[in-house]
Amino acid sequence: MTAVLEVTDIRKSFGGITAVDGVSFDVREGEILGLIGPNGCGKSTLFNCILGQLTPTGGEVKVDGRVVTGLRPSELNRLGVSRTFQLLQVFPKLSVRENLILAGQEHQGSMMSRLFGPSDAGLTKAADRMIGFFKLDHLAGEAAGSLSYGQQKLLDAAMAFMGGPRLVLLDEPAGGVNLTMLADLKERLAAINRERRATFVVIEHNMEFVMSLCSRVMVMAEGRVLATGRPDQIRDNPAVIEAYLGH
Amino acid sequence: MNGPRKYLRIALGIIVIAGLIVVPMNFNRYGLFILSQWAVMTIAAMGLNLTLGYAGQVSLAQGAFVGIGAYAAAIMTTQGAPLIAALVVAVVLCFVVGWLLGYPALRVQHHYLAFVTLAFSTLTFLAFRNEDWLTRGIYGISNIPRPVIFGFPTNRPLPFYYLCLGSLGIVSVALWWLIRSPWGRAFLALRENPVRALSLGIDTRRYTLMAFAIGSALGGVAGTLYAPLTQYIDPVPFNLSLSLDLLMMVIVGGAGFFFGPFLGAMIAVLLPEWLRFTEGYYLMLYASAVIGLLIFSPTGILGILDRLLSERRTRAASALRAVAKSGLEAAP
Repeated sequence: MTAVLEVTDIRKSFGGITAVDGVSFDVREGEILGLIGPNGCGKSTLFNCILGQLTPTGGEVKVDGRVVTGLRPSELNRLGVSRTFQLLQVFPKLSVRENLILAGQEHQGSMMSRLFGPSDAGLTKAADRMIGFFKLDHLAGEAAGSLSYGQQKLLDAAMAFMGGPRLVLLDEPAGGVNLTMLADLKERLAAINRERRATFVVIEHNMEFVMSLCSRVMVMAEGRVLATGRPDQIRDNPAVIEAYLGH
Repeated sequence: MNGPRKYLRIALGIIVIAGLIVVPMNFNRYGLFILSQWAVMTIAAMGLNLTLGYAGQVSLAQGAFVGIGAYAAAIMTTQGAPLIAALVVAVVLCFVVGWLLGYPALRVQHHYLAFVTLAFSTLTFLAFRNEDWLTRGIYGISNIPRPVIFGFPTNRPLPFYYLCLGSLGIVSVALWWLIRSPWGRAFLALRENPVRALSLGIDTRRYTLMAFAIGSALGGVAGTLYAPLTQYIDPVPFNLSLSLDLLMMVIVGGAGFFFGPFLGAMIAVLLPEWLRFTEGYYLMLYASAVIGLLIFSPTGILGILDRLLSERRTRAASALRAVAKSGLEAAP
C-alpha cells in the first residue's frame, strides 16, 4: 500500500522551547492512525506543521509523494488534505447547510466560474447527503450556532469531508461529546473510512474511542515519538503506560 | 423564506422603487441635488460595506477612492472624453489601487489597518491638492459637463437624478449577485473565522485583496457620478472626513446588511436637511443620535431589526421544539 502522508524529521521550536523534536511517520492509504500523548507533548503543533498553519523549523511533509512543506493551508486543502479543530470552528451565523456548502465550494471550478455560477456552487444536494449521513436532517436550515455542542462537533467533522478529501486530520473529535453522540460519530467516521477509502489521523484523549476506531496508534511524549503499533500493543507497552496511560 | 412574506418583500421593493422614480418629479432643483447625492453616496457606502461589513476589513480610505473617481471624470470629461470612458478608467484605476491597498491587510488588522488606510487617504488628498498640472490644485476643476445618455442630455436636475438612481440600481443588482454567490460566503468566512476559512481551502489572501479592490472600485463609480453632479470639484470634499462619513453611513445603517448603506446614506445626507430648522444645533443632535444608536445597537439600525426578527424566530422554533418534545414523551 502507498503512503498518503509521509512525515520526515519534522521539528518546530518556539524560541528556546522545542515543541516537536524530529518526528517521522507514514500513514498508508485507508488507514486510521491514532495520535495520543499527554497534554503539551506536541500533537497539535505537529498537526499545524503538517497542515501549513505553522512553518516547521525543519523536516519535510509529503502528501501522495509530493512535497507540501511550506504550502498554505488553503492550498493543501485543495490538494485533498482536510482537518477539524480541537475547539469548535463552525460558522455560527450560517445554517448547517450553508456551512457545508462553504466547506465544499472552493473545490468546485475556479474562482471566476464560482462568481458567475449558481449561488450554492452546485452543492446543495451534496450538502444534504452529508447532512443525512451525519444524521443532522432536522437541523439543515438552522443556524449552526443554535445547535448543541455535540451536534456542532458532528457538523465540524462533516465539514471536513465536503471537499472529498484523501486525508483528514481530526484534532480531538470526541472532546466534550456525550456518549450517544460519540458512538454515532465513531460509527460515521468508520463508515466514511470504509466507503471512500479516506485516510485519517486522529488526535484523541478518549482511549476507548482511539483503541476501537484506529488501526494503528502512535504515542508522543515531549515532542518525540515514543511508540507506534497496533492498539493492543500500545495498551501493553510499559513505556507508554509509564508516560501516559498510567497504571 | 415562506411564500407570503416573499411576495410582501417584492411588493415593498416595487413600491419603494416606484416612489423613488415618481415622487421626485415635482421636487425643486435643490431637492433633486440632495437625492442624487444620496444615490451617489449610497454607491460609495455599498463599496465600503463590502470591504468592511462583509469581508471585515477596516478601511478609512473610501473617500479617497471617490476622489480618484471624481478626478478621473472631471479631467477626462473636461477634455471632451465621454463619461463612460471616464467610468472605465476610474473603475480600473480604483480596482488596481484598492488591490494594492489590500496588501497591508494581509499583515495587519483592525486599528493598524485603519491607520494604514488613513495614511493612504491623506496621501491621496495631498496628491489632489499639490499636483496642479493634473488636478489644478486648490483652484479645482470647474465646468464639468453632464453626460448625454442614449441621446438624452442629463443637464437638467431630474434626468441627472435618474442617471444616479439607475446607476445605483445597476450597482445594487451586481452587488446582490456578488453577495449571494460563493464569493459572498467566502467573504463572510473571512470575516468570521479566517483560520477555519483557510483550512477549508478558501484563499483568504486573494479574497481579502478582492474585497478591497471591488469595494474601492465602487468608490470610483460613485466618484464618476459625483463630479458631473456638482460640476465643480476641488480637493476639500475628498479629505479624511468623507471617508469617516462613509464609514459612519455603513455603521449606522448596519455593517454587513445589504440595505445598511441605503439607510446610512439617507441619514447622513438627508437628516442635516430635515434638522435645518434647529440651526446651529444640528451637529450636536446628529452626534447624540449616533452615540445613542451605537450604545443601543452596535450593529446599526438594521441590526435592531435583525435582532427583533431572530428573537421572534427563536421563540417560534423553541415553541415548536417544546411541542415536539411533549409529543415524544407522551409516546409509549
